[in-house]
Amino acid sequence: MKAFADLYRQLDETTSTNRKIDAMVNYFQTVPPEDAIWSVRFLIGRKPRQVVPTRKLMEWASELAGVPDWLFEASYDVVGDLAETITLLLPKPTGSSTRPFHRWVEKHLLPLRGADLDVQKKVVCAAWSQMDDGQRFVWNKLITGGFRVGVSQRLVVRALSRYSAIDAATISHRLMGEWAPTADYYEQILSQDTQDADISRPYPFYLCYPLVGDPESLGPVDDWQIEWKWDGIRGQVIKRDGQVFIWSRGEELVTDKYPELKQAAVSLPDGTVIDGEILPWGKDRPLPFSELQRRIGRKTVGKKLLLDVPVVLLAYDLLEAEGRDIRSISFERRRAALSELLAPLSDNRIRISPAVLGKTWQHLVTLQRESRSRGVEGFMLKRCDSMYEVGRRRGNWWKWKIDPLTVDAVMIYAQRGHGRRAGLYTDYTFAVRQGDSLVPFAKAYSGLSDAEIRQVDRFVQRNTLERFGPVRAVSPQLVFEIAFDGIQKSKRHKSGIAVRFPRIARWRQDKTAEEADTIEALKALVPNLQ
Amino acid sequence: MDDIIQMTQKGLYCTEGDFYIDPWQPVKKAVITHAHADHARWGSQSYLCACEGKNILRARLGNHAAIETLNYGELKRVNGVVLSLHPAGHILGSAQVRIERFGQVVVVSGDYKTAPDPTCTPLEPLRCHVFITESTFGLPIFHWPDTEDVFSDINAWWRRNQEEGRTSILFAYALGKAQRIIAGLDANIGPILTHGAIENFNPCYRNAGVNLPPTLHVGKVEDKQDLTKALVIAPPSADNPNWMRKFPNRARAFASGWMRIRGNRRRRSVDRGFVISDHSDWDGLVQTISATAAEKIGVTHGYAAEMARWLRGKGYQAEVISSDLREEKANTGGAATS
Repeated sequence: MKAFADLYRQLDETTSTNRKIDAMVNYFQTVPPEDAIWSVRFLIGRKPRQVVPTRKLMEWASELAGVPDWLFEASYDVVGDLAETITLLLPKPTGSSTRPFHRWVEKHLLPLRGADLDVQKKVVCAAWSQMDDGQRFVWNKLITGGFRVGVSQRLVVRALSRYSAIDAATISHRLMGEWAPTADYYEQILSQDTQDADISRPYPFYLCYPLVGDPESLGPVDDWQIEWKWDGIRGQVIKRDGQVFIWSRGEELVTDKYPELKQAAVSLPDGTVIDGEILPWGKDRPLPFSELQRRIGRKTVGKKLLLDVPVVLLAYDLLEAEGRDIRSISFERRRAALSELLAPLSDNRIRISPAVLGKTWQHLVTLQRESRSRGVEGFMLKRCDSMYEVGRRRGNWWKWKIDPLTVDAVMIYAQRGHGRRAGLYTDYTFAVRQGDSLVPFAKAYSGLSDAEIRQVDRFVQRNTLERFGPVRAVSPQLVFEIAFDGIQKSKRHKSGIAVRFPRIARWRQDKTAEEADTIEALKALVPNLQ
Repeated sequence: MDDIIQMTQKGLYCTEGDFYIDPWQPVKKAVITHAHADHARWGSQSYLCACEGKNILRARLGNHAAIETLNYGELKRVNGVVLSLHPAGHILGSAQVRIERFGQVVVVSGDYKTAPDPTCTPLEPLRCHVFITESTFGLPIFHWPDTEDVFSDINAWWRRNQEEGRTSILFAYALGKAQRIIAGLDANIGPILTHGAIENFNPCYRNAGVNLPPTLHVGKVEDKQDLTKALVIAPPSADNPNWMRKFPNRARAFASGWMRIRGNRRRRSVDRGFVISDHSDWDGLVQTISATAAEKIGVTHGYAAEMARWLRGKGYQAEVISSDLREEKANTGGAATS
């Protein structure tokens, strides 16, 4: 535990990529494989889910610290992080432990799930009593399901690659899909032998950056294939050995959530891997993303939902054909192969994402204006000769999104942030005018500079009208331009509308609350799809 | 608050003695607990402080200020009250203000700490009836590590930066914290450089007999000199690329009680946060308050509401003494006296 906690601290303390990689390489060099594999698993984001109820953790920690509940809450409000609050409040440890990390995880942490509360309490309190602050913090993060540290999967892969001299793409691929965190698998990840057998394993997704600036800078339009940018879930459909696997970009196996796609994929030939977008589909266009959200949270879907929100896969790439990894041939050829593969399919729930034909970039600019009425977010641009890369890369693929919608709204509630912004009022609720009153319609966290955040924080402290627990109602004075990608009618929201990805575009210090937009103006932005 | 002392628009006021303690507006007679800018303000007709702090207060207020002094423990009759100043252990010359009238004793703590500090006289626990305490760090999440451990961490960090060819830049409040850190550094490791705002106060300390290792003002260093062996102490305001361009390869750290919270560390995006404060941590506050045996506690600064509520739960008569000019200092991470 100590080595892993030290690694965590080193990763947490620096923003330098090289120092992070150095720290990880150094760690892999010193710990046994059965510890390293768990670390890799957690570092790439496969953290355990919450195993102990938050309330209980607060209760036990308060008890050990001799602190009343309200004081725990007040401390939590200042620290902004549960795992850290507990760490800071606990009395000094009464002992220490040299138990290796994998033993902590396998014998103490994992068995907590589903254990009786008094057993949980015993295990957790015993762990606390043997750990220093650094270890407690990491342990608390793990048992509260909040483990995160500032490294991307790609960075972990780079460190493993440097440590083992196996190339990064291979390691990246081996970390996909489902695997058991054992010393054996760790050896396998780092082994020279490239005969990997697992039939369910997906390929790492190729991700792209947004295009900023003029598309003319990309050169001749003929070098590019243009598709609509769909607003669904990225997914990979695998058919191997007669079995179908559907993976989400979050590397979650979602095969059973989309039975219609599973069924459609059965008729694909063995040794096929398709990359595409899972979309809720109406007659001739996608349904709003919020419809898909009704299905995302469920493990299995009922008949009604299947009828209400049918999904399709808009296929846009072919990564494996006839059992062969074809990621390194050109996009043009992969796309042709995909087209050929899908043509004979009778089931149109897996269909090709159509190419958009534009003679010039200017022509495409015009076409792009149809995005909102088509229910898409803009264009995807893919260079015809590009190979399928690993992770987020610049150059060959771009997303070219339409400008967001914006309204001027008034801040009415504020709450303290978490993590880097702990202790500052950074989470705001915004309202638009409705007659003489204000109606909240969105929450937003990001978009302000650190200096602006400090200014708003001071404003909140001086202009609080009322407190509801951690939330403060503030005097409605500050106006912000709120940007969002989409807007729909919603029965669940007081305002009658729901916006997608709201964020703060800028602070309108030139405007007063009376000059903010109205609910009517906001509703006028809802596209009339029906 | 009490018939000896009241909170007014200008600050804490003793009617009988006709003086203010750390007033935030100009007054006739100001008693100053210590020379930090938010306690020692310009413009009053006369000032009274502890002898040990006179030079610093002079440096803060300029040559024209009328400054009287008292030795620690020396009694001074002011009209109907007896006034004395007692060490608070916060910075050089910091004092608690003790006021006695007909056997009734009020103590105003100013800022204080219980942790060891070779640059000032340690806190003297006082018994009193009414105790007005600070609570900058008045939450139980604030526990300071052993000062010695913190210094060995700082020295180790410095050595490691040297090995990696990086100048160590340590941000600390210019008065008090900076000198305490200088005193704790291992000067054998390399040269200690200082920002002007800090170097200005160093003579006050040396003249008062505080043993500080040699320091050199950054402004006196040649431009092209290799500074990767040095540790530079600077106030937080110097944390900008312009000031730091003399040190192209650098590691940055911040020394403050606020560094106890990870979010503060991350917000400043420093490489290291060293938890060292000139204020008391939670246990220090609680022990000091309890040692006064006072029944009435006034709480000011920082987490005063929480501290007062906790004290009431323990049977004290405790209330927040609000000071309108001091907004909620919740965790700003950059508080003046950290």
